[in-house]
Amino acid sequence: MTYGRWVITLLLTWPLLAGLIVLFVPARLAKQVAFAASLIEFVISVPLWWAFVPSGGMQFMVDLPWIPAWGIHYTVGLDGISLFLVLLTTFLMPLSVLGSWSYITKRENGFYALLLVLTTGMIGVFVALDLFFFYVMWEVMLIPMYFIIGVWGGENRLYAAIKFFIYTFFGSLLMLVAILVLYLHTGRATGLYSFSYAHLLSQIGTLGPAAWWLFAAFFLAFAIKVPLFPLHTWLPDAHVEAPTAGSVLLAGILLKMGTYGFLRFAVPFFPGVALNEVVQLVIVGLALIGIIYGGLVAMVQPDFKKLIAYSSVAHLGFVVLGIWAMTLQSVQGALLVMINHGISTGALFFLVGMIYERRHSRLIAAYGGIARVVPLFSAILTVVSLSSIALPGTNGFVGEFLVLLGSFRTYPVITALATTGVIVAAAYLLTALQRVIYNPLTDHENEKLTDLSVRELAVLVPLLVCILWLGIYPQPFLRRMEPSARQLIEQVRPGATQGQPPFATGEGGGGGGGERGGTPQ
Amino acid sequence: MTGTAADLIWIAPALALLGFVLNGTLALVRPTAKTLVSIIGAGVLLAAFGVSVTVFRAFADLHADAPVVFRYWSWIPVGTLQVDFALQVDQLSIVMLLIVTGVGSLIHLFSIGYMKDDPGYARYFAYLNLFIFFMLVLVLGANFPVMFVGWEGVGLCSYLLIGFWFSEKANADAGRKAFIMNRIGDFGFMVAMFMIFWSTGSLDFGAVFTHAPTALVPGGGAITAITLFLFLGCTGKSAQIPLYTWLPDAMAGPTPVSALIHAATMVTAGVYLVARCNVLFAMAPLSSAVVAGVGALTALFAATIALKQWDIKRVLAYSTISQLGYMFLGVGTGAISAGIFHLTTHAFFKALLFLGSGSVIYAMHHAYHTTHSHEDAQDMRNMGGLARYLPWTTALMWIATLAIAGIPPLSGFFSKDEILTAAFARGTTNPAWLVFWVFGLAAALLTAFYMTRLMLYTFHGPNRTGEKEREHLHEAPWIMTGPLLVLGILSAAGGLLNVPELYHGSARLHQWLEPVTQPGAAMVPEAHLSTATEWMLVGVAVLIAVLGIVGAWRLLNPAALVPARDAPAERGFARILRHKWYVDEIYDALIVRPLVWLSTEILWKRIDQQAIDGATVNGVARGARALGWANRWLQTGQVGVYVAVFVIGVLLIIWRSVG
Amino acid sequence: MLLSPALAISAVLFTLGVAGVLLRRNAIVIFMCVELMLNAVNLTFVALAQRLGIGGQIFVLFVMAVAAAEAGVGLAIILAVFRHKQSVSLQNMNLLKD
Repeated sequence: MTYGRWVITLLLTWPLLAGLIVLFVPARLAKQVAFAASLIEFVISVPLWWAFVPSGGMQFMVDLPWIPAWGIHYTVGLDGISLFLVLLTTFLMPLSVLGSWSYITKRENGFYALLLVLTTGMIGVFVALDLFFFYVMWEVMLIPMYFIIGVWGGENRLYAAIKFFIYTFFGSLLMLVAILVLYLHTGRATGLYSFSYAHLLSQIGTLGPAAWWLFAAFFLAFAIKVPLFPLHTWLPDAHVEAPTAGSVLLAGILLKMGTYGFLRFAVPFFPGVALNEVVQLVIVGLALIGIIYGGLVAMVQPDFKKLIAYSSVAHLGFVVLGIWAMTLQSVQGALLVMINHGISTGALFFLVGMIYERRHSRLIAAYGGIARVVPLFSAILTVVSLSSIALPGTNGFVGEFLVLLGSFRTYPVITALATTGVIVAAAYLLTALQRVIYNPLTDHENEKLTDLSVRELAVLVPLLVCILWLGIYPQPFLRRMEPSARQLIEQVRPGATQGQPPFATGEGGGGGGGERGGTPQ
Repeated sequence: MTGTAADLIWIAPALALLGFVLNGTLALVRPTAKTLVSIIGAGVLLAAFGVSVTVFRAFADLHADAPVVFRYWSWIPVGTLQVDFALQVDQLSIVMLLIVTGVGSLIHLFSIGYMKDDPGYARYFAYLNLFIFFMLVLVLGANFPVMFVGWEGVGLCSYLLIGFWFSEKANADAGRKAFIMNRIGDFGFMVAMFMIFWSTGSLDFGAVFTHAPTALVPGGGAITAITLFLFLGCTGKSAQIPLYTWLPDAMAGPTPVSALIHAATMVTAGVYLVARCNVLFAMAPLSSAVVAGVGALTALFAATIALKQWDIKRVLAYSTISQLGYMFLGVGTGAISAGIFHLTTHAFFKALLFLGSGSVIYAMHHAYHTTHSHEDAQDMRNMGGLARYLPWTTALMWIATLAIAGIPPLSGFFSKDEILTAAFARGTTNPAWLVFWVFGLAAALLTAFYMTRLMLYTFHGPNRTGEKEREHLHEAPWIMTGPLLVLGILSAAGGLLNVPELYHGSARLHQWLEPVTQPGAAMVPEAHLSTATEWMLVGVAVLIAVLGIVGAWRLLNPAALVPARDAPAERGFARILRHKWYVDEIYDALIVRPLVWLSTEILWKRIDQQAIDGATVNGVARGARALGWANRWLQTGQVGVYVAVFVIGVLLIIWRSVG
Repeated sequence: MLLSPALAISAVLFTLGVAGVLLRRNAIVIFMCVELMLNAVNLTFVALAQRLGIGGQIFVLFVMAVAAAEAGVGLAIILAVFRHKQSVSLQNMNLLKD
């Protein structure tokens, strides 16, 4: 198991090193080197898939003292929740570099170096098991993204970048305070001052009323990141202004940090507060609003990137709903939606970026009828859109189905309302699709569009493969997630995963569905 | 696995999928290879039909009472939710399998001729093959989620094929409308699935139908809700009130598509679903009544609209909606086999009618195309007297017309009569069904009337196509008339599948379906009619049909018609019918527009941009800036001043801490 | 060494430094006064280290390192200002305003 001992550390250090190298190579080589580096990073991470043992608990743990005087350690590890987020990160990175190939034309060294630093930050957030280290990584990931938007973004990039930064930073400072309070409290209670996740987790029971404030701080930090309605307004601006790779990573990975934070910290640390009936209802209500509201607002956006941004609000609403419904199906569904959203929305942003490079317009109205001119682009855009609106057979369906099915047990009415989100999703994406690739070809500039190049196909095909794979055979993913999800639920709500009672209708007095169902073969 | 040829069932959908992959690749790489596309496209279907027949014979030899389930892989396993990708062969799915691949094959062959000049030929066949794949998944799926894959998949193909000529905005709009309306139904399907899972602990058909009677209280709120949500799904897919408006618009697609998807197969999926879940519906009398009622109402309502349409395909579209209403009346009444029987015969005669109209449109289009005229090739006011030019089509379409009108001994007579008899029988215990029966009879009268009108205006009387165009009207090639002929034979003789005992037949379809329908039928109170009553009902039905045909023949005068461009607008009640009771307009005004307005003006501009972003987020930023502005005078820019302030501050701190 | 004389000298030096920073206009002189203050603190550290342990002496090393760095940066800035303005008087340095 030597691989298990060094893999996470290598995943964290290699991009930093590579970023440094990229800074000093000639500008024309920057993207090649960055691509090679991110590909190596992906190759390093791939064996995790097989090395990972589907069971609860952390694996590939490394625990080294960093600043021992203050109980700060370099503690990292992976479980079924974070494994796929790390893999998604390493998977999207080479694609992002390829997708930026001709999009980024100025200061290439800096851009690709920042992308690589961002990789470290993102992976660090997902693997950190020491809250201090987690916080550092949280900020490490914030800064490169700020520059990526602010330097390589669109016309209004400064506004968007600063808004993104301050919004997120506001949340993370609150979280820092909460982390410190937790640290001091635990230190006082046990005499051992440590930022270790496991150590802090062991003392959560003794917090008393302070838990409410601490939960609020954590929740706010993550809710901004998700983003949960009504904290979402930074997202459309950031998405619209960011360069393609920025949008992809923002949607694909960064948003997931919020929901990951819910699962890893906010809920397990403060189960009493998080699963308090009123709190739960408020959060699930916000998620529902996000789903419907995001969809409706997406429906009337003239800008394709903004449309996708609002659709992200809706998709992440499903994730939050799934997390707070806290059934095995809903939590695993939420995890799956997180991955799916990374893939599908990532692909959508890539596609919009590609067409933007040709036509320099993100406005839906600038297109129309281009299916005749660029059939391959249109075919792929259709498939990706369908996966985004959760057509069965694509990845989107499996995730949303699980979330809704699982949540229905806890919140039948809210879930039924959330299910209308699938109608709205069809309305906004198919309308946009129609206005972009169908309808009469009116603008003569669109007649000159060229279809996808080999490089662009190389970006999209891996994503398409994932869309179908996760849609048709998600079982390997679900199998690896299940123990961790089960463990999490057991931890915050003991006994919840056993003997699920039938749907509470006040009638139909059958026994537990657990014994009856689920006996294939 | 049964060790028989039934194990080969997976090959049928696999072939269709293969066809899609090959044709899809050709569509992107070499769209001009039309011969290859035709061979693949129609070939896989014929092969799939062969597989279906083989499976049917193997399964018939098994004499199985229970469905044979083939599990291929574990699809969504999470905790107690274990969804396998599994196909199921039973009496019901075999019937659907044969219809889909059989009628599908004929329509594929027809398409070879109909679409031969279209630049999107390869794409068309790719979509068509994909549709067959999803349709087979729909009818063969062994649990709700797998069925749902097919359910939404056929919706997707319908979307793609309706908007096949996407360069016209109207076509693309129609496709989108179909998909979204279907999604509303799918919402119901999904919610029903959730409720089924949490009440019975499974989503497999076998487990659900076994456990449902014990896990749920018959007639209780839960089962009623489940079935109503399922039925919402059906109203979307099968174009029933209130979600039917997409189907007439769907006629924007190529005519063979209308025949395959919007007449013979996809739109009947809702009927199939109710038949499949007959146990659940039998447990919920209220839902059954809703199904039957909505079916009867739709049958009548759509028939009234069909009376005043000029577009030949739209008449057929409303006719389809109306006939689907009959099927729902049947399955809602509990006469599952009657519903499926009508589904089968309808697949024959409606496919024939659509393909026949395709043949007419093909001729009309050809004529107008040759003379570079821009008249509407689908408007019946531009037709008339086509019997002279299209004798085969005319004869075959008359067979279908008489079949749909219910003239004995054609297929439609038997199936429609069976449904009406069942409704009347149920009416002896529950008077609501008598109302449904009256609706059904009225719809039958209208059906005979509007179909005769269609035939009369299209094929008889003087020709209104135009002087020059007339010379170019001629029968379509054999690849198109061949399938018509086969369908004509099926429409005429389809009734033999299920000749009821009344005529000393053996009701073969009814008996064949017994293993599937038995559990549900056992829960519905049986109503027996005396032979005399049954004969009386038959007499009434035939009388009504004849009345409709003769009435149309006598009342309508094709010689008085003028071509579409000269035609005056309708007045009075005819105008309301012509505009389809203004349902589209009402939906638009009540739902679509308010929603778009709400999203744009309130949600986006007011809440998002003004309240959240403008007032709150940027408000905080403005506040911070104002604070800085207010305290600007403190910054003199003189280093000395800063240092002095600093020192004073330090002294103050020291003073405070010491003192 | 006696503790209180050392602290007294340190206090005197520190006060001189503060006064110099406040009263003088010449940037170089101010800079030297800052150094004087730092060294006054260093003296305190060393003096108190006798009683409170080695930590104070170590801190002196830190302060010296920082002071050296500061001298480097500070002198460079002053030099740059002189090149720009031909003067090192602080009265002319109010570019930060507005």
